[in-house]
Amino acid sequence: MDAILLQILNGLDKGSAYALIALGLTLIFGTLGVVNFAHGALFMIGAFCAVTLQKIFNLSYEVIDETQTDFLGNPLKVKTPYVESWFGPEMGATIIDWSVPLSILFAIPIMLMVGYVMERGLIKHFYKRPHADQILVTFGLAIVLQEIIKYFFGANPIQTPPPAALSGSVDLGLALGFDPNAIVYPIWRLVYFLFAVVIIGGVFSFLQFTTFGMVVRAGMADRETVGLLGINIDRRFTIMFGIAAAVAGLAGVMYGPLNPPNYHMGMDFLVLSFVVVVVGGMGSLPGAVLAGFLLGILESFASTTWATTTIPGINQIIIYLVAIIVLLTRPRGLMGRKGVMEE
Amino acid sequence: MLGLNKKDTSLLIVVAILTLLAPFILNPFPSDSAMAQFNAGYPDLMQRFVIFGIFAIGFNILFGLTGYLSFGHAAFLGVGSYSAVWMFKLLSYNVIPAIALSVVVAGLFSVLIGYISLRRSGIYFSILTLAFAQMSFALAYSVLSNPKFNLTNGETGLQVYADDPQILQGANAPDLPHLFGLPMRATYTMDVGAWSFDFNAGYYLCAVIMMVVFYLAIRIFRSPFGMMLRAVKSNQQRMNYTGLNSKPYTLAAFVISGMYAGLAGGLMAAMDPLAGAERMQWTASGEVVLMTILGGTGTLIGPVLGAGFIKYFENIFSKINDNVLHSWFAFLPDGLEDAVVFIIHPFIGKGWHLTLGILFMLVVIYLPGGLVEGGQRLLNWIRRKSVGGDDTREGKTEPAE
Amino acid sequence: MSNKSVTRRGVLKSGAVTSAGLALPTIFTASSAAAYTNEPTGGSVTLGFNVPQTGPYAEEGNDELLAQQLAVEHLNGEGDGGCLNTFTSKALKGNGILGKKVEFVTGDTQTKSDAARASAKSMIEKDGAIMINGGSSSGVAVAVQGLCQEAGVIFMAGLTHANDTTGKDKKANGFRHFFNAYMSGAALAPVLAKEMGTDRRAYHLTADYNWGWTQEESIVASTEAMGWETVNTVKTPLASTDFSSYIAPVLNSGADVLVLNHYGGNMVNSLTNAIQFGLLDKVVNGKDFKIVVPLYSELMAAGAGENIKGVLGSMNWNWQLQDEGTKAFVKSFGEKYGKPPSNSAQTCYAQVLLYADACERAGTFNPCGVVEALEGFEFDGLGNGPTLYRADDHQCFKDVLVVRGNMNPTNAYDTLEIVEITPRAQVEYAPDHPMFAGGELGKCNPGA
Repeated sequence: MDAILLQILNGLDKGSAYALIALGLTLIFGTLGVVNFAHGALFMIGAFCAVTLQKIFNLSYEVIDETQTDFLGNPLKVKTPYVESWFGPEMGATIIDWSVPLSILFAIPIMLMVGYVMERGLIKHFYKRPHADQILVTFGLAIVLQEIIKYFFGANPIQTPPPAALSGSVDLGLALGFDPNAIVYPIWRLVYFLFAVVIIGGVFSFLQFTTFGMVVRAGMADRETVGLLGINIDRRFTIMFGIAAAVAGLAGVMYGPLNPPNYHMGMDFLVLSFVVVVVGGMGSLPGAVLAGFLLGILESFASTTWATTTIPGINQIIIYLVAIIVLLTRPRGLMGRKGVMEE
Repeated sequence: MLGLNKKDTSLLIVVAILTLLAPFILNPFPSDSAMAQFNAGYPDLMQRFVIFGIFAIGFNILFGLTGYLSFGHAAFLGVGSYSAVWMFKLLSYNVIPAIALSVVVAGLFSVLIGYISLRRSGIYFSILTLAFAQMSFALAYSVLSNPKFNLTNGETGLQVYADDPQILQGANAPDLPHLFGLPMRATYTMDVGAWSFDFNAGYYLCAVIMMVVFYLAIRIFRSPFGMMLRAVKSNQQRMNYTGLNSKPYTLAAFVISGMYAGLAGGLMAAMDPLAGAERMQWTASGEVVLMTILGGTGTLIGPVLGAGFIKYFENIFSKINDNVLHSWFAFLPDGLEDAVVFIIHPFIGKGWHLTLGILFMLVVIYLPGGLVEGGQRLLNWIRRKSVGGDDTREGKTEPAE
Repeated sequence: MSNKSVTRRGVLKSGAVTSAGLALPTIFTASSAAAYTNEPTGGSVTLGFNVPQTGPYAEEGNDELLAQQLAVEHLNGEGDGGCLNTFTSKALKGNGILGKKVEFVTGDTQTKSDAARASAKSMIEKDGAIMINGGSSSGVAVAVQGLCQEAGVIFMAGLTHANDTTGKDKKANGFRHFFNAYMSGAALAPVLAKEMGTDRRAYHLTADYNWGWTQEESIVASTEAMGWETVNTVKTPLASTDFSSYIAPVLNSGADVLVLNHYGGNMVNSLTNAIQFGLLDKVVNGKDFKIVVPLYSELMAAGAGENIKGVLGSMNWNWQLQDEGTKAFVKSFGEKYGKPPSNSAQTCYAQVLLYADACERAGTFNPCGVVEALEGFEFDGLGNGPTLYRADDHQCFKDVLVVRGNMNPTNAYDTLEIVEITPRAQVEYAPDHPMFAGGELGKCNPGA
């Protein structure tokens, strides 16, 4: 029982990342009809927003300390971050400690801008082009973006630890009456799940309850008619692209403390997020979220010892196996609309 | 000639000349000069050009004609490679049975995957093929290489060991892939002045096979069957309404292109008897998609150009390092030399991915029809220059089919 | 005019090829001028440095490349000479190799067997490289080693830790300076027993491919020999980026030690996840929970950051060693590049020097001469103390380090501290040890 609960938690957690990335991807499919292979790169850039902010906070001046030596035997240069000398050591240390949550504020404008520039500068010219061209150009863009990040930050992963208050784990099992150590779960993973719920809820209510969202939904259903009504739908779609980029970026910012960001993390998620979107059904936002959590949970269960001894290698192929089964039993994924990306 | 119209015949002849003379064409720079870095006429890369050319030609039969975008074609290439190496292990190093089996196995495998995947269309089809390929890759990498049942030898790649049966291996046969005694690695090097040209047996085997399959591709493109496939692409629904069942046609196209991929995989193993699981990964499937689009989807020669383009960058640009740069720009004053090297540095060596990414974007933005369109524009421009003014009709771009 | 037809199994068989070749059109049988593949004829000799420059191991590869460039400088008599001054063999004079200036070409392995073979082939076929050096995974090492055997050039492996490289996949033309999984187990076990006791229960997470399996096998064998119990061994897909679903059940399993048979990005993430789950703060079976990472590297340690504090593992070499060879190398690397070298960098550096030295001693670049000079070669002064290149399997034997994540690092480079230098005698094994069984070295192949 406790093992099952643990894997459900893990699944929700993996699912949160899948759902957030897939949500943005579906938004772009649904609104602009563009296959965006650079979406993983947006996730990665988000994570590197946190890395950058952490680096900014850690900008330091150097004082030579004659009492210590470095590896070559020269006097050691001791670094003190500027924030510590401006705000006092304690306040400074707290700011550095909270750099990941603070990065959310830092990342939102950056990601909106990145999304806006990407859409206006590049994607815009590809609306009428075949999907194949869209794939090629966005894939090229993804490579360029990730190589730029690699150029500045290197290929090695960079730790972006959570604030001390939110690191470590809690024993959830105690509250539910299990033995100690039965259900121990990291705090930041719980935070990540809650964060995903909030963002997903936010996007849905934005689309559901605002006029802007209503117009966008109408545009997704029938772009031409909305355009004929004299509404500048392109402009709104551009904004939606920015929002999709911001969602992917925020997913990346918050993901950093779970697994340290590296320049190819976007590519690692790219194929998976496409599978999630398609399993959910093209053009369906709830489908993408549902498929994200479903695949996350199934993946977690497939990696238990019980599953891998029953069917060797199931943990390697579960996502793809589920995708095949879903697509063969439900022609348009879980909640797909007819006619979207079917030709 | 050979049942082709005049235009296709000349295309085939041009391709034949280019492939047969490739050792000269690809080595334009004297081997001691600084520009020798850009020479691509060494056996391994020439082999790769034609092998990936075959792979892309086959992929284009499916994607270019029917519009079905398979994201899992590398699986067939990988299966082909594995079957070829197994033939080396069990029978002998002769490449003929190996290549034959690789085509057959890849064909059977693509019947299976194609039959299931073709029940869906559009992106659903793409994801189905992707899922099958990724499953094959994951299994080949780990589960199928466990000590009890070692089919693939995992990350190391399947290779021939000294204690393999090789029941047909003659006592005097070469101990490496060969064609009735002619080793695939036999290379004749011709030195002409400062130039050096490599003529490699394996390359010519691949080149001859490529010309044959290229000819087949032309025939398929021009046949009623090819017309039917195009009809699938332009409007499958209307086709279904006329009472035609399109599935046998698409499945046939899928299997043919799967066999092309298997052939490419078998040739890869024949040139270098090792089959690695990475050949089946999604990045490899993505690569052939990129090759085809980059070269020009639906054109005959485009995919070959795209394959050459990508392989050239992978193998040539990744080998340029700062030392090479310094030797090129040694004639500049010191400060300027460093500055130039500093500017170029991010784009070469370990930065070759960046260059490739930028080129993808540039090509697709400025040449919507891929490299083929670039070639046509160039040709038209030259024609306009030479004829002068008389370009009203000629200026229109046509697909090079 | 020359005819290059290269074979897999040595000189004897190449006679067969030549005779088979006689049946061919004369164009392919022009008489062979060169005695071996890529015999250097001009005033220079070309070495091929094949390292990952793209992909997750790019930093590792970059470090190897820097070290190899340094080695070339030292061979050509530039810089401060580095380990040439401490090396016990004095054959190298700082005037290149056998009087020829050393040049090098580089290639990108992408950490894929296929790509690595392609770049090695291009260095051999196009650039005339006489040896291939470097790499950062066992799959690549085995694949390229096979190629070099066929092509008739020398291969020096770089970072490869799987037993198979000098076990069932050993080749006469290949040598490995790096230690292996068996040695990690043999070196770690006594330290683990001393630090954690002999009645521990271990839980293994293992990367699901060849290297992971051999390491798991080695560590399980050596820890069980001293009394540990193995609770469970779980294979994790190489492509995994998140290990939460593998880590979560550990606390419930009754295990009190977690062994992470992961490398690179896998290890950074699995260790980070394990720390997140608070494993190190727990007490199980009345003992403090511990984590072991059998194979460490400096770059992984940097990637794992704070998480490695107190975690034990083993290494081939570390810049904090105090022998003369190490000091000389760290000094010249540090002064040139502003950071201490990693252990894979040191391996690649030492291999270039050893290759050059073997050529000098053999008086030829002929791979067979080099193999003969390296087989059974005993030396000192390149770090790690007295070292032997064993003739039976071309594995290098030297002291192995057991290291621990430093609790109080003073700078970015001393994140690992040396716990023990395990003497060579303790990690030695017979050439026919079951973990290395199968395969044959074959004969050296000079190509041509």
